[in-house]
Amino acid sequence: MKREEIKVCILRVGGTNCDAETQTAFEALGVQAEVLHVNEVVKRRNLLEYDALVFPGGFSFGDYVRAGVIWAKWILAKLGKELKSFVEEGRPILGICNGFQVLVEAGFLPAFEGITPYPEAALATNYPPGYNCRWVYIKHENSGKCIFTWKIPKGRVLRMPVAHSEGRFLFPKEKERQFLERLYENDQLVFRYSDKNGDYAEGSFPINPNGSFHDIVGICNPEGTVFGLMPHPERAFYWWQQPDWTRQMLMPQCGDGKLIFESLVEYLEKKF
Amino acid sequence: MNVGLYIHKNTPFPLFEINLREASRQQLLVISQELGLGLNLQEMETVQQYFRGKRRNPTDVELQTIGQTWSEHCFHKTFKGIIKFKGKEIDSLFKTYIMKATKEIDPRWCFSVFEDNAGIIRFDKDYGIAVKVETHNHPSAIEPFGGAATGVGGVIRDILGVWADPIACTDVLGFGPLSYPYEKLPQGVKHPRYIYMGVVAGIGHYGNNMGIPTVNGAIYFDESYTGNVVVYCGCIGVLPLKKFKRNAKPGDIIVLAGGKTCRDGIHGVTFASAELTEKSEEVSRPAVQIANPIEEEKLKRAIIAIRDRELASAITDLGGGGLSSAVGETAKRFNCGAVVWLEKVPLKYPGLAPWEIYISESQERMLLAVPPENLGHVLEVFREEDVEATAIGKYTEDEILQLFYMDEKVAEIDISFLFEPPRVVRAAEYESLKFEEPNFPKPKNLTEILMRLLASPNVASRESVIRTYDHEVKGNTVLKPLHGEYGGPNDAAVLKPLKDSWRGIAVSCGMNPSYGRIDPYWMAASAIDEAIRNNVAVGGRRIALLDNFTWGSPEKPERLGSLVRACEACYRFAKAFKTPFISGKDSLYNESPLGPVTPTLLITAIGIVPDVRIAVSMDVKTPGNSIYIVGRTYRELGGSEYYRLNGFIGNSVPKVRPGQARRTFKALIQAIDLGLVSACHDLSEGGLAGAVAEMAFSGGYGAEIDLRKVPVDNLKRDDFVLFSESNSRFLVEVPEKCERDFEAVMRGAVCAKIGKVTKTPRLCVYGLNGDVVVDAAISELLACWKSLLSEGV
Repeated sequence: MKREEIKVCILRVGGTNCDAETQTAFEALGVQAEVLHVNEVVKRRNLLEYDALVFPGGFSFGDYVRAGVIWAKWILAKLGKELKSFVEEGRPILGICNGFQVLVEAGFLPAFEGITPYPEAALATNYPPGYNCRWVYIKHENSGKCIFTWKIPKGRVLRMPVAHSEGRFLFPKEKERQFLERLYENDQLVFRYSDKNGDYAEGSFPINPNGSFHDIVGICNPEGTVFGLMPHPERAFYWWQQPDWTRQMLMPQCGDGKLIFESLVEYLEKKF
Repeated sequence: MNVGLYIHKNTPFPLFEINLREASRQQLLVISQELGLGLNLQEMETVQQYFRGKRRNPTDVELQTIGQTWSEHCFHKTFKGIIKFKGKEIDSLFKTYIMKATKEIDPRWCFSVFEDNAGIIRFDKDYGIAVKVETHNHPSAIEPFGGAATGVGGVIRDILGVWADPIACTDVLGFGPLSYPYEKLPQGVKHPRYIYMGVVAGIGHYGNNMGIPTVNGAIYFDESYTGNVVVYCGCIGVLPLKKFKRNAKPGDIIVLAGGKTCRDGIHGVTFASAELTEKSEEVSRPAVQIANPIEEEKLKRAIIAIRDRELASAITDLGGGGLSSAVGETAKRFNCGAVVWLEKVPLKYPGLAPWEIYISESQERMLLAVPPENLGHVLEVFREEDVEATAIGKYTEDEILQLFYMDEKVAEIDISFLFEPPRVVRAAEYESLKFEEPNFPKPKNLTEILMRLLASPNVASRESVIRTYDHEVKGNTVLKPLHGEYGGPNDAAVLKPLKDSWRGIAVSCGMNPSYGRIDPYWMAASAIDEAIRNNVAVGGRRIALLDNFTWGSPEKPERLGSLVRACEACYRFAKAFKTPFISGKDSLYNESPLGPVTPTLLITAIGIVPDVRIAVSMDVKTPGNSIYIVGRTYRELGGSEYYRLNGFIGNSVPKVRPGQARRTFKALIQAIDLGLVSACHDLSEGGLAGAVAEMAFSGGYGAEIDLRKVPVDNLKRDDFVLFSESNSRFLVEVPEKCERDFEAVMRGAVCAKIGKVTKTPRLCVYGLNGDVVVDAAISELLACWKSLLSEGV
């Protein structure tokens, strides 16, 4: 598939607010990226016209009840069938921040044995509590299955900003070990919080900014085609978005977030 | 209630006729008070005359409409009134000082100033920048979270109200000392820590939820803010200038869009135009509105879509005064009348009287004027975004405001009368307060003093607050409020609003309340200088200013006198710096049982950075680079943080020398454009010592400076050189290879090389006799600076 033929759909609903910069990132790579209100998608039923789907960051429906849960249930009720075929056909879905919360609440992640009717994990309120906006280091853990990070060598440390108050990744206490093992077995673990040298945070704040279990930043489904993460790659796309670009002699010429978008686009170019 | 004054009309809904025509002067005041109109006797008599002329009594709807429109909050009576000061008459502070400066400077890049909800200046050939800063002091004192959140919501609507897309927010806050003893708090005054936590959370809640980054701000602690919290919320937007529509005409439909109307925010403006008392909580709690940022986010999407499709002919926000001021002001502006059917206004719950519907300040609502042929399209756009929108009336040929409720006419007022309240005449006097200049020996250990200063409330890092605000959503924040790994305090934020352009906006502020206690004139001058120099420090130029006054009751002559002094300085220095005012707002009546607020003027500066790639941050970059000081240091420690630390106020308040300052700013901008500057930081609270420490630990390197090389005026003490807060000064890091060029560019400005960046991570200062007077590890200084508010909120 030619790059300029790739069509990415960025979904939004009341409260979504990171759609524009996500669109900018895709457009900068030369693919078509459209921001669509879900009302529009429900009306047109055209989800399968797109090659990839993005749930961007924001506060969908005000994040009342639990972050992402209302949008997750809403979209399953209205577009459940289409979404499931989208995943089954191996078309990629990316969830950033609120989007990650939506994918977990909808049972699309971790989805050890396929999409589940109830969530198997949670993005709980941060510990220490409260909204936190800061740049963090994340270490790539995936061995190559995740199509959103296949270009990134395993063990490489990237830098991106987080901005959320509900990002503490948790498994049910009694299944914690078992689920973690499965993440490793299936190569579903994608990023963990670390310091800039790649030493894991081991839960210490602010290296791990939200108290996530096992320093988990983001995971993918067993097929590697659905991926969610708390940090914002779209805000770490250009070099001038980095928090210390004025010390530029030490800086790379683009932000690390670009690697995620590039991985996806190049995957689509090859695969389809 | 006085029987006989109020006549219950025979309607299926609550409506009263007020027997105004026959009311005595005493009764007029009773009516004003009982209905919460906030009108004085002169105003009530004017209203009485008007209705006598009409040969009928007014309804409650009419009186409430007049009360709202004539309130200090909506009409700015004091700023537009006549002030008797020192034997002369000032005909409107606003025209005489603020607007006059702008008119005389008359820059071509001002697109629309002092006309709309926000000032608009040109950004480039196609785009404009809209800016507005609001005060939300009174509501935040009663209900800190809601007050601050709706402050942000309100100022964002001001930006939407000129068809601009909001791209960033600012917040400047003033609190009483967080350690204020509980037992000293009078009845009805909430503890500063409670207010602080609520306000900070409220601001974050609104901005974060709407996805608008909060990029610049400040927090001040002052005793006088204990009873009068200060909350300034600002918003910046961009708009394609050719989509700016402002041409409503008779026949256009009035569309109300957004949240439903209910009883929150009744009498908000009259509440804001009175002093806070111990009863405020009880009486005025309903005046504070409830915030719902998601509603406003949807509203924003719809409005931008309507703008882009050019479907509406005018827009305004619903803020203070609710529908009453939005409908009245637009009708006035377009020389129309208006008819509104109040029963069409969507309500959250039934039972509101017509007057309540008309003046409610419920949040997240906007008013649009729509040509009838576009009405269907406009309603469709709102529907697509899940936003409720309703046609509630229309503009008419006659210049009369008519309100109906269920076919009953409940109000009919001439627009001309509504906007010609009697002019207020107030007396002002000013007597300069004399604080003694302290006389104390130079402390032995200046290192320790510096550490205490860095940890003091007005200097310490605001990181724990700033982290709770999303400052980079939208991905346009090029220079962030927290810079690099150590969270360095950049002087201004730089935004890159357009995808395909490197042109940027620099946002900064200046506020020096502690100078205001000594002399409001030099406080205002210093605030202007500080806002400008913060902007210049990152590479901003072509600067526009916004003024926001927080003052005590203007009915007290000495408070008004100090306001006049501040306005005089605003005119003189805005003119001298050629920086026009483009918008502003005043909040008066900031008085509580603990006394009046310290006169506080916030100046917000909006500059242009022609190419964001030249923006300069404040952290030192490379060991071996030289450190220069730009600007002269005077013996100006009055109101300084150093004096405060020692328990003094002093009298030697920093002055502004505009000729010298302008040369300095101009030369520095040239040096930045030529790429000669690696880092630049303004000198403010904490003086030279504070600035050099911040630059060093934010860059992770040490610094060595020599006080003997600092250009001073009659200063013989190390501590005074280190901590003086003279205006118009910067510290600049210059690479060795650029030194000659830098010095050449700076010729004409006061500038001297005073030291260098060192690899050893220590700050080392040599005193006036050559001894080491400060020596500390930068990690220790950083820890002090981050210690105060680190427990978070």
